[in-house]
Amino acid sequence: MIHRRTTVSILAAVALSTSLVACSAGSDPGPSATDTGAAPPAAPVNLTMTVWTANEDQLALFDEIAQGYIAENPDKVASVDFEVIPFADYTTTLTTQLAGGSPPDLAWILESNAPEFVQSGALTDLRGTLEGTPGYEMDDLVDSALALWEDGDSLYAYPFSSSPFAMFVNTDRIAAAGTANPADLVNQGEWTYDAARDISAASVAKLGGAGLVVRDFEYTVWENLATVWGGWGASPWSEDGTTCTFTEPEMVDAMTWIHEAIFADSAIPGPGTSADFFAGETTMTVTQISRASALDGSFEWDLIPLPEGPEGKQNVIGQAGIGVFAQGANPQIAADFLAYFTNPTNAERLATYFPPPRESLLTAEVLAQANPLLSEEQLQAVVVDGIQGAKTKPSHQNFAQLQDTVRAELDAMWQPDADVESVLADVCTAIDPLLQG
Amino acid sequence: MPSTITSLRVGRPTRRSTWRRRDNAVGYLFVAPQVLGTLAFVVAPLVMVVWYSLHEWNVLANTFTFEGAGNYERMLEDPGLRNSLVVSGWFSLGLVVLNISLAMVLALLLNQKLRGTTAFRVMFFSPVVVSLVAWTIVWGFLLQADGGINGFLSTLGIEGPNWLRNGTTAMISVIVVQVFKNVGLNMILFLAALQGVPVEIQEAAQLDGANAWRRFWAVIVPLVSPTILLVSIITVVGSLEVFAQIDVLTQGGPGHSTTVLVYYLYQQAFEFNQFGYASAVSVLLFVLVLTLTLIQWQTRKRWVFHES
Repeated sequence: MIHRRTTVSILAAVALSTSLVACSAGSDPGPSATDTGAAPPAAPVNLTMTVWTANEDQLALFDEIAQGYIAENPDKVASVDFEVIPFADYTTTLTTQLAGGSPPDLAWILESNAPEFVQSGALTDLRGTLEGTPGYEMDDLVDSALALWEDGDSLYAYPFSSSPFAMFVNTDRIAAAGTANPADLVNQGEWTYDAARDISAASVAKLGGAGLVVRDFEYTVWENLATVWGGWGASPWSEDGTTCTFTEPEMVDAMTWIHEAIFADSAIPGPGTSADFFAGETTMTVTQISRASALDGSFEWDLIPLPEGPEGKQNVIGQAGIGVFAQGANPQIAADFLAYFTNPTNAERLATYFPPPRESLLTAEVLAQANPLLSEEQLQAVVVDGIQGAKTKPSHQNFAQLQDTVRAELDAMWQPDADVESVLADVCTAIDPLLQG
Repeated sequence: MPSTITSLRVGRPTRRSTWRRRDNAVGYLFVAPQVLGTLAFVVAPLVMVVWYSLHEWNVLANTFTFEGAGNYERMLEDPGLRNSLVVSGWFSLGLVVLNISLAMVLALLLNQKLRGTTAFRVMFFSPVVVSLVAWTIVWGFLLQADGGINGFLSTLGIEGPNWLRNGTTAMISVIVVQVFKNVGLNMILFLAALQGVPVEIQEAAQLDGANAWRRFWAVIVPLVSPTILLVSIITVVGSLEVFAQIDVLTQGGPGHSTTVLVYYLYQQAFEFNQFGYASAVSVLLFVLVLTLTLIQWQTRKRWVFHES
C-alpha cells in the first residue's frame, strides 16, 4: 500500500514538473518591452555589462564612467555591474546566460561572433539612440570600423576597440643573435615575412628559445594566422562568406610558407611547444598593442608594423563591440547608457586601453597620452596607419562551427610530412556545407 | 463476532497503527530532502531535456520551435555523432580495462602485510581528492612536446612523441590521465573486498595444491566479484561522462580523434548554440548509459558470486 502510494506521489511530481517545464520552456518568450513600446520602468534599474577583461584599472575606469551616468540619471539607473567572464569561456557563458533567460543588458562581443550576433536578432539596433544623443558626433565614427556591426541601416554594436596587430620584437635577442634589426628593415622597406623568418630562425639557432610566435594561435586558433596570410592576399572564404578559398593559390602559398617556417626552418615553434614573448625567450611575436602592458622591462623591445608578404602589407585589426541584448530587461535604458559610455568624452578616456573608432581620437598625440609605453612614432606607424585599410580577423555567421571544423582539418597540417595542398582541399570539403548552409 | 471487531478497528485506530503512521511520517520527512532534490535536480532536468530535444532552440535568435523527431532523425545522418560514438567506445574500453586491471593489481600488492603499504595507499588514493581540472592542467604541461615526460625520456636517450598532437597518442594520454586520477578509488574498493576474503579458504586451496594464479582465479576473483561488478558499473558510467580532461587537454583533437560523446554534446549546445539537437544527443547518452548499466546488472547472475 505504502509502496503504491509512494509510486503515485512520485509520478504526480514528475507529471507536475513536466507540465511546469512545458509551460516555461515551450512558451515563446516573445518580444521585449522595448519592442512593444511598453513604458520604461518607474524605479531606477540595475544594469549589467559582461566583459572579458579582469584588468582592475580598466574596470575602475568603467565604474567611474558608470557612476557619472548614474549621477546624471538617478531616476533611470541605480547601478551598473561589470561582470567579468574569462575570455576562454566568454561567448559560451554569454549564450548560456541567454539560454537561461537571464542575459546581461550589455555585453562585449568578439569580432569573430559579430555576424552571428548581428544577424540573429539578439541585439538591439543602436543607431537611433546614438544619433539621437546630443553631442554624440556620430559622423566622427570611422565607417570601416562600423561595417562588421551593421546590417542594412541598423547598427547592432559599438566597436569600442579596433586594435591593430603588430610585431613586438625582443631587441636584446636580436642584438645577441647578431642579426639584422627589424626596425632598420622597416626603414629600408625590406621588412618582409621572409626576413622575419630568417631572423627568427637565426636567433633560435644561436640562442635557443623561440623565434616568431603568432600569439594565441597555439595550433587551434587558426584565425589568428590571418595576420600572416594577409601578406599573401589570402582569406579563408569569399567576401560574401559562401565560398571556401583555402584552396586558392595565395592561401596554399601562405600555408606552405608557414609550414616550412615551422618544420623546415624552426623559425616558428612547433605544436605542443610553449613560448611566451613576454617571458623574454621569444624573438618576435605578432599580437595587439594592448599586450604592451604585459612588458615588465626585463628586456629591451620594439614595436613595428606587420611584415610585408608577396602581395605587400595587409593591416589586420581585432575588434570588439558592445551590444545591447533585445532580450535584456531594460534594452532602451541600456542603449542610453551605452551612448553615454561611448560619447566623445568617455571614448577618449577609454582610448587609454582600447583604440577607439573615432576619427578625431585616432591620432598619435591622443594615443600617446594613453599609452606611455609606446612612442608617438610607434603609435603612428602601428595604430594610426595600421587601422587604415585594415581587414578584421575572419568572421562568419556560422563561425563557431567553421572554427571547429577548420581547426580539426588543419590538425593534419601540423605534422612535418604533411601535404599542405591536400589538407587545404580537405578543409574546403569539410566547410563547404557550412558555408553554403 | 469478527465483524464487530473489524468495525471497531476501523472506527478507532489502535495505538499501534498510530505509531506506525507517525513512524511513516518521520520516515518521509527524513527522505523528503533527497526526494525533492532528486525531483528538482535529476528528474525535472531529465524531463526538460527530453522536451527540449523535440525542439529547435536557437538562443541567439530566441526561437523555440517544435520539431518532433527532427533532431533524432538528424542524429541518424550525423557523421560527427557517429565519430563521437566510436571515440567514446574506444575511450571507455581503454579506460575500463586499464582502470580495473590496474586497480586490482594495486589492491593485491597493497593487501600484503608489508611495511610502507599505508604510504603507498595514500599515494595512489590522493589523486582522487585532487581537483580534476588542476590535475589535468598539470598533465597538460607534462604531455607537451617539450614537457616533463619527453624531458625524462630524453634523459634515457628516447625521443618521445608529441603526445597530444597525434590521434592515437592523444587518446592513450587522456585515458592514462583519467586512469591515474581515479584508479585509487577502485583500488580502495578492491582492497576492502580482498580483506573480506576468508584466509582459511585461501589456505584450504593452498593445501589442495592450488598455485597462486589458480587461487586468484578460482578463489579470490569469485569472492570479490560483487565488488568487480560495482567497480565495473561506476567505471563504465564514469567513462561515458568524461569531459574536463578532453576540454583541457585536447579540445577533442587532433582532428576529432578525442571528441567523445559528452564533448560533442557540449560543442553542439554551448559552442554551436544548437540546444535542441544537443538535448537529443544527451537523451541518446542517457539511453546508452542506462542500457550498458542494465546489461551489466542482468549479466551479473552468470559471473557474480551469490547472484546466480
